[in-house]
Formats: sequence, C-alpha cells, structure tokens
Amino acid sequence: MNPAENPNKKRLRRSMMFLNAQKPGLIKDPYVYGPDSIMLDLEDAVAMKEKDAARFSLYHALQEIDYRGVERVVRINGLDSDMWEEDILCSVAGGCDSIRIPKTETAEDVKKVEAVVEEAEKRFGREPGSVLIMAALESAKGVLNALEICQASPRLFGIALSGGDYTKDLQTVITGTGVELMGARQHMIIAARAAGVQCFDTVWTNLNDMEGFRKDVQTIKAMGFDGKSIINPRQIPIVHEIYTPTQKEIIFAEKVVREIDEKSAQGIGVFTVDGKMIDIAFYDGAKRTLMLARAAGVYKGDL
Amino acid sequence: MEILKPAIAGTLESSDCMVTVEPGMGDVRLELESAVIRQFGPQIRKVIAETLERLGVNNVNIHVVDKGALDCTIKARIEAAVFRSNDINKNIPWGGAVK
Repeated sequence: MNPAENPNKKRLRRSMMFLNAQKPGLIKDPYVYGPDSIMLDLEDAVAMKEKDAARFSLYHALQEIDYRGVERVVRINGLDSDMWEEDILCSVAGGCDSIRIPKTETAEDVKKVEAVVEEAEKRFGREPGSVLIMAALESAKGVLNALEICQASPRLFGIALSGGDYTKDLQTVITGTGVELMGARQHMIIAARAAGVQCFDTVWTNLNDMEGFRKDVQTIKAMGFDGKSIINPRQIPIVHEIYTPTQKEIIFAEKVVREIDEKSAQGIGVFTVDGKMIDIAFYDGAKRTLMLARAAGVYKGDL
Repeated sequence: MEILKPAIAGTLESSDCMVTVEPGMGDVRLELESAVIRQFGPQIRKVIAETLERLGVNNVNIHVVDKGALDCTIKARIEAAVFRSNDINKNIPWGGAVK
C-alpha cells in the first residue's frame, strides 16, 4: 500500500486519549469510553526503570485485546534516547496502527522514524505502508518547523501540540486562557492544512475545571483543529459534543451539498441557500459537517 | 533462557500481577497466589507454563501473585522478569519467543 493512500490517514480523530502502557488496569478496556484513538504511552508516563516491562505489556495488549475499532497509537520514547528503535519494533510487531513521535523538531526526525517503521513492517510481516506516523511538536523550534515536519513523510497523518514542554521552552506557563498557545496553535493549523494533514491540540490537565476545558475545546474547534489530546475519559463526551454538528448545521450542510451538485451540473457557480451566498468553496466544509454528524450518530443520510 | 539472577516485574495493583524469578534447582517450581485461584488457577498455571516454555526456561523458582490479571498481562510480566534476570532490554524476539 502506498502510505499516502492509506485510508486511515484521514480517519476521524476528535479525541485521542493518553494511557500508560505499563498499567494493565488502564489498557485492558479503554474502548468502553468511546475515544476515537488511544495513545499508549511508553514515554513520560512510564518510569525509567519500567521501560522494558512497559514494552512487553504493550506488545501483548496490542496482540490480544480487541480495541473495537479504536485507533491504537503508540507514543515512543524520544529520538535522543536509546529506546525509541526498540519501541518501534515492539509496537509494529504487536500490530499498532500508528507511532507518535515526541519532541519532533525537524523533518529529519520524522524520516528517521519512517525508516525504522518501514524496516519493522518488513521484519514482522505487516503490510508495507500500513503503519502511520504523527509528530508531537513540543518546542519553539519544532513549532516553527511545522510545515517541513508535515511534509516529511507520506505516512505522517498529523501533528499535535504538546503545550507543557512548549510553554516551558517559551519561558512561560499554561495559564488556562490560551494566550500563551495562540501563536503555536495558529501556526500549526495553517502548516497542517497547507500540507493536507490533520492537526491536534494539547491536553487540558486541570480536571477540576471542566468549564475551562469546554471553552478550550470550543476555541480549538473554531480554529480548525481536528481534535484534542485528552488525559481522562471524562473529557471524551465534551469533546465529542462540541464536535457534533447541530441539527440546523446538518440541514444546512445537506442543502449545500445537494444544491452544489445540482447547480454545478447546470453550469451555475454561485447561488443562495437560505439567503446565504454559496459557491463550490463551501462544498468540503459541508461534507465534513455531515461526516462529523454521521460519526456522532446524529445523521443517517447518504450524502 | 537461563535465570541468571533474581528478578521481579509487575505490581500488586488491581488487574496486574507480580512475578519473581530466581535460579532454580534443576526444574520449574511455581508458587501461585491468586484471589481467583479456584476459578482461574488452572488457566493461570497453563499460561505460566506455556510462557516459560516459549522462553526456553526450565530451571526456575517462580512466584506469581495474581491480582486479577488478564492472560496477556501474566505473559508480559513473566517475560519482563526473565529478560531482566539476563539484563536484556534490546533486540527482544517480538513475535518469536515473545508472542
């Protein structure tokens, strides 16, 4: 398979939940909470002396637990460690869907991972091109290089902001207002769209402030992000609710798709729907609205 | 594999198990503790025996304290303990002796 055509590249990823790969109680049945993806962590969540044990735990979980269609991403250790290559071998052998690279700073980082993934696919008999990659940007340098990172590999499906380390690098802290993340978020979403890949926001760590979390998700949704990294199952329904189109939006999107199909067949380029000017530029957005609505189970139509 | 020195892996948290291995006296000796031993004892023993066999371990004293672990967790903790007893954490035979 040409990795650029891997259908999973564009799959729905509203909620991507971190789980410590070393904790059997966490990884045995996270699908019950309904995240779109889980990110099994070999990096920061796992203590240095448990890195080896975490891999065995991860390998067998990937092999034996049926995650019921939830995407299984593995966050490997940093490329500055001596662990990341074995992490990839273990993950690919186990059958993971994707690898998340932490602390990505250059296109070269992505290419290094790509080479080991490719080799691991061959060694363990996985279909070539089946394992995808995502890159976490956690520094000023990584954020500034977002575009080259997005374009580094046909396997790369998206980039994610990692706010904790990034704000440390900026010499500030997470304030809860989002002001310190503004530039990175804007830059990353523009780079991701320019390269045709997805873009994911950082985690919200204050579980006592669910109202702040809700506002944060509304902000990144409005900015164009595809989804959010999450740390607790309680965050999933809020993200999915915000990413679920309203009935009004669904009806409007249906009309837009129908009208554009019809009018363009008649050679008409611009027209109005419910008093709003519509042209072909609205088509993809309307299609995406219907896709999100279908994923949320609130749209059963066939457009 | 030989058990070169005592090694431990796993925890006593729920859904986990703690495995201790030490050099044996010529055969496999298993000591198993589990709250669900009546119901799952035979299955747990079977998983332990199969995992040791795949790893080629036939001379070990192994102590397993089960806290309701799935089979995949029992395997993972035994493997971690056995490889630790050999100080090996690279070039693991994924899909081979570990499967």
